[in-house]
Amino acid sequence: MKFGVVRFPGSNCDQDAYYVLRDVFGKQVDYIWHQERDVKGYDCIVLPGGFSYGDYLRTGAIARFSPVMEAVIAHAQKGKFLIGICNGFQVLCESHLLPGALVRNTGLKFVCRHVYLRVENASTPWTNSAKVGQVLRIPVAHGEGRYVAEPETLQKLNETGRILFRYCDDKGNISEAGNPNGSMEGIAGIANESFNVLGMMPHPERASEKMLQSADGKVIFDSIIKTLLLQ
Amino acid sequence: MPQVKVYVTLKPTLLDAQGRVVQKALNSLGYSNVEQVRIGKYLELDLSEDGDVSEQIKEMCDKLLANPIIENYRYEVIK
Repeated sequence: MKFGVVRFPGSNCDQDAYYVLRDVFGKQVDYIWHQERDVKGYDCIVLPGGFSYGDYLRTGAIARFSPVMEAVIAHAQKGKFLIGICNGFQVLCESHLLPGALVRNTGLKFVCRHVYLRVENASTPWTNSAKVGQVLRIPVAHGEGRYVAEPETLQKLNETGRILFRYCDDKGNISEAGNPNGSMEGIAGIANESFNVLGMMPHPERASEKMLQSADGKVIFDSIIKTLLLQ
Repeated sequence: MPQVKVYVTLKPTLLDAQGRVVQKALNSLGYSNVEQVRIGKYLELDLSEDGDVSEQIKEMCDKLLANPIIENYRYEVIK
């Protein structure tokens, strides 16, 4: 089982993702430079957080056309696993691997704090070690994390169980107060149709050790590792 | 050498959080008649070739300059 963490110019959560996979989970992991055109050896690729290409034009818009993305898109189209965290989620939306878009937070502020997420679907490769309704405490750190999509897209996401995480309060109630960015329907993370691609704004790699206030993010890595072991 | 002016705007259905703050600022400066402000992007492209560039510009906008999910665009070609 081999993980790859893509490094775009401006990625800044690449080391956190790499560290968690290697040191917390003991998995084999490589960095993948954005100029790379071959990602064949990887079972799961991580698009990390950061400010790829300075967030110029739109978040993720330039990264989407970097050389590595052609190979990453092909990897995803083959049904292999791909997770985009924060800026990685923005890149996935810009790449059309996930529907919708991420725009400026309603409150305009860069929000950097722990939030609560409710697991909405636990029968996915990314959440099979969690329970439906489980509340995870995981940090967000973004200025443009407000998830928006057309009403038909939202309906489709709901009907097919592709909304994996919603922002909530500490009791698991979905409310305005628990929503840090104004995302439609409190959406914090979604999957593609075949569930091999996950995009989420919160940072599970920053919540994978008790020392960092919360280890709730581990359940996402535990799930995908379990999925890969069962393959 | 044609120059192209591209205007990218947020779709009307989408809340423009920045625009709303600017509108409130204008209101508080006494411009009480400002009912809405929406902020977009303006790009100038200098092209090396003459000819009908419309199709090409449209392609550039669809591919990179605008995100059709959240934005509309229009452009003017100036000879």
